[in-house]
Amino acid sequence: MQAFIDQLIKDGAFAGVPKEVVYAIAMVVVALVVLSAFVAPLAGVTSWLERRVWARMQSRVGPNRVGPQGILQWLADGIKNLLKEDLIPSASDAKLFSLAPYIVFMGFLCTFVVIPFGANLIVADLNIGILYILAVTSLVVVGILMAGWASNNKWSLLGGMRSAAQIVSYEIPAGLSILTIIFLAGTMSMQGIIKAQGWAPWDWFLFDNPFTFAAFFLYFTAALAEGNRTPFDIPEAESELVAGYVTEYSGMRFLFFFFAEWGNLYVIGAVATTLFLGGWQVPPLPIFDNSPVLLGIAQFVTFFLKAYAWVFIAMWVRATLPRVRVDQLMGLCWKYMVPLSFVCLLGTIGFMFMPADGRRIFGIITFGFALATMINFFRRVVFQIRAAKPELYFKPQI
Amino acid sequence: MDSKEIYASLEKLFPAKVSDFKGDVMEPYLTVDSAAIVEICRFLRNSPGYRFEVLSDLTALDWPKEEKIQIVYHLFSYSQNHQIVLKVDLPRDNPKIATLEEVWKVANWFEREVYDLFGVIFEGHSDLRRIMLPEDWVGHPLRKDYVEQEEYDGISTQRAPLVEKLLR
Amino acid sequence: MNETAQEQGGFYTEDMTISVGPQHPSTHGVLRFVVKTDGEVISEAIPDVGYLHRSIEKIGEKVTYHGYVPYTDRADYLAAMFANQAFCMAAERLAGTEVTRRGEFCRVIACELNRIASHLISVGTFGQDIGAMTPFVHALRERETINNLMEEICGARLTYNYIRIGGVGYDILPETCTKITDFVDHFEPIVSEFNRLLSGNKIFIERLAGVAVVSKEDALSYNLVGPNLRGSGIKWDIRRDIPYSVYPELDFDVPIGTAHVGALGDSFDRYWVRIREMQESVNILRQCLKMMPKGPAISKVPRKFRPPVGECYARVEAPRGDMGFYVVSDGSEYPYRVRIRTGSYTAMSIIDKLSKGIMLADLIALIGSLDVDAPEIDR
Repeated sequence: MQAFIDQLIKDGAFAGVPKEVVYAIAMVVVALVVLSAFVAPLAGVTSWLERRVWARMQSRVGPNRVGPQGILQWLADGIKNLLKEDLIPSASDAKLFSLAPYIVFMGFLCTFVVIPFGANLIVADLNIGILYILAVTSLVVVGILMAGWASNNKWSLLGGMRSAAQIVSYEIPAGLSILTIIFLAGTMSMQGIIKAQGWAPWDWFLFDNPFTFAAFFLYFTAALAEGNRTPFDIPEAESELVAGYVTEYSGMRFLFFFFAEWGNLYVIGAVATTLFLGGWQVPPLPIFDNSPVLLGIAQFVTFFLKAYAWVFIAMWVRATLPRVRVDQLMGLCWKYMVPLSFVCLLGTIGFMFMPADGRRIFGIITFGFALATMINFFRRVVFQIRAAKPELYFKPQI
Repeated sequence: MDSKEIYASLEKLFPAKVSDFKGDVMEPYLTVDSAAIVEICRFLRNSPGYRFEVLSDLTALDWPKEEKIQIVYHLFSYSQNHQIVLKVDLPRDNPKIATLEEVWKVANWFEREVYDLFGVIFEGHSDLRRIMLPEDWVGHPLRKDYVEQEEYDGISTQRAPLVEKLLR
Repeated sequence: MNETAQEQGGFYTEDMTISVGPQHPSTHGVLRFVVKTDGEVISEAIPDVGYLHRSIEKIGEKVTYHGYVPYTDRADYLAAMFANQAFCMAAERLAGTEVTRRGEFCRVIACELNRIASHLISVGTFGQDIGAMTPFVHALRERETINNLMEEICGARLTYNYIRIGGVGYDILPETCTKITDFVDHFEPIVSEFNRLLSGNKIFIERLAGVAVVSKEDALSYNLVGPNLRGSGIKWDIRRDIPYSVYPELDFDVPIGTAHVGALGDSFDRYWVRIREMQESVNILRQCLKMMPKGPAISKVPRKFRPPVGECYARVEAPRGDMGFYVVSDGSEYPYRVRIRTGSYTAMSIIDKLSKGIMLADLIALIGSLDVDAPEIDR
């Protein structure tokens, strides 16, 4: 990106304007473009997809009226919420109350700066990319605590406290799993990590050795907990805390919290893809040699599909599993996931001392094991479909 | 055990305190003196042969013509599969009786309901306050001579007659 | 509101008083608990009932026996058939009316279908309180079929007014019997699917095992009935032990809590008893449909129903336990007193005791596992 702007300056496009100003304006423009053209529709369509996926899993239909198959439902929801009365409880701390949703939103939005959509499609390839993401996503804790406290409502307070404890605790297994990959890749830059992997599944870090395989699931679980998704959605547990920390919010402020949650799902998927699943790497087919545009599109689509598969799996998990209790949640993190993360880290470091051929063999073995698990899983799915008595609609559209 | 046998043995053990056995009705019952109810219930619960582990129901009947409120206890035994009904007559203008809370804990809630709806005071109850109706309600609804209060919290409880409503 | 402050090692803390309800997504109906918590751990949870008090007992003194039957539906609208049946049994015993044999079978079929519907709601909402949203919708999907069947039988989906004094209101037609058989065949594997989805789930088990254990002595002293009592290991079912209607001729098992996860009498046992009861109801339905005799569905009962002076206590095994109707008659066509004694009322009385020291999330699990139901409590 920076190279592109430098090229434009050299060509004399911005005569008379100091370089820093050009950079600043360019960054703002790009941020706006990313935000409105990618993030907003993405979060919106994720919300629609979540409702649709849940509904089909629950023998219902889901939203299918607004737009083709209901895909514009999020737009209708957004407009409706914008038109709602802006309620701020009189006894609440108005400034913090109003500020909280924006901080939560910022916490997730800033991560899009380093998400690598393609080899050249990244806003800023920071050389501390993944560390930046970890740092910025911690901002949501501040926002949620503010929301819980400023609402002047005991239910919100409980929700905020639970959430703060949860997010802060689960940063550690997530961070350790990420550290595992940083050791393997040797760099913290997102593009660097992707370039350290290959396009084929057995070249991904996921199958590099059994420890990274475990680290992936640890990361995914910890990231779900950080994103307040079931089975860890106690901060917003509807049946216990009315609505947790968002109880007093209505209208667009309410939607901001959920916007952040759905968008965060994508960030989780994107980070998982970058670190473990080879990112945007595509097989080196001959048609890509001549047209970089086609290559760019192929890379973007690969990355998007891989990241979105994990979004779908997060939705699937939410529809299926019940909620974990707070003390069980903390016990799970500190007693099981943190030690396991350490074990994965040390195991991976041990593996790094193995010669390259041995590592390749291990990679293929792990890949074979994962493939066997997938096949077994699909056999179970077929069994359940056969055993299920109600009429099954396989067409997703109704 | 048959209810007749239960009455016979109770009469022997608590001579002056049980009376008036009606055995030929659907639910045979015997009348118990109000002062002795806790003793008799504890005996019925604990002694082998009776073993009434459960207080199935505790309710009241209002007999304004006979100037009494009758508290009805339905006792049941799972192990022996028999039941007995005890009735206690209380004077209508000052109904007081000892609580059965120590014998069966469920009596706590049953007695609160009887207090709420009939106005019977249970002495020794740990927490005798209204349960169904709001705390500041006046009157005991299930009594036969209950007349609803005119206003509650500023809202009138009387409904205008239909003709007036149509004319409005 | 006074908050007790305690000094814990020099750290100043206060108890928090929260009101769970009356508007809350997971109290079953309009209930309120005043909960004092120290952070997440509850020190006291006092139930506050009466939000749904409709004075059904007082209304009983103002309407005739026949006219009171629709009111009994509302005493527990999720298990309306049982309240109908209990009141009609009490009135019939008072007057000495015989019920026709076909009427008895129609009653049992309607009641067992209603039991399945009520238990579906119970386990579905229980799963939802724990956080699993999907089993709830699946349970409701099955309940929709039952509601449609009920509509075919008696015209209403929720408050039936079907079981009348002397029999049932309308006969069950052969087409409906076929549909009930189809439903029963379809439903049996659904329960196993439900178990695979929810009951076997490790998170679900961890949430419930060992939570709010009710010992046998407590279950008897607090007069818990129905699945709550059987979950604590006491094998007592009115259909088996004080049989009424045609239950003596039917062959079914009475499930009790087995503590195969956690302790005996914990929340999971009570939930498991309900799942097993659904399966037993399926058995009963199959037998009834095979054994249905021909004949009139209702016997002749005078319009002005005037039972002789007396009183009667009739019990039925409702989904929430032993529902008893104590009807006192003074010879006129209006009852002198109708007393409804329900299982949820006594289940509420044990909540205060069980809730000391558990966490807020466990309170929700406890209320769901006891299957309390606001209309039954407040009447």
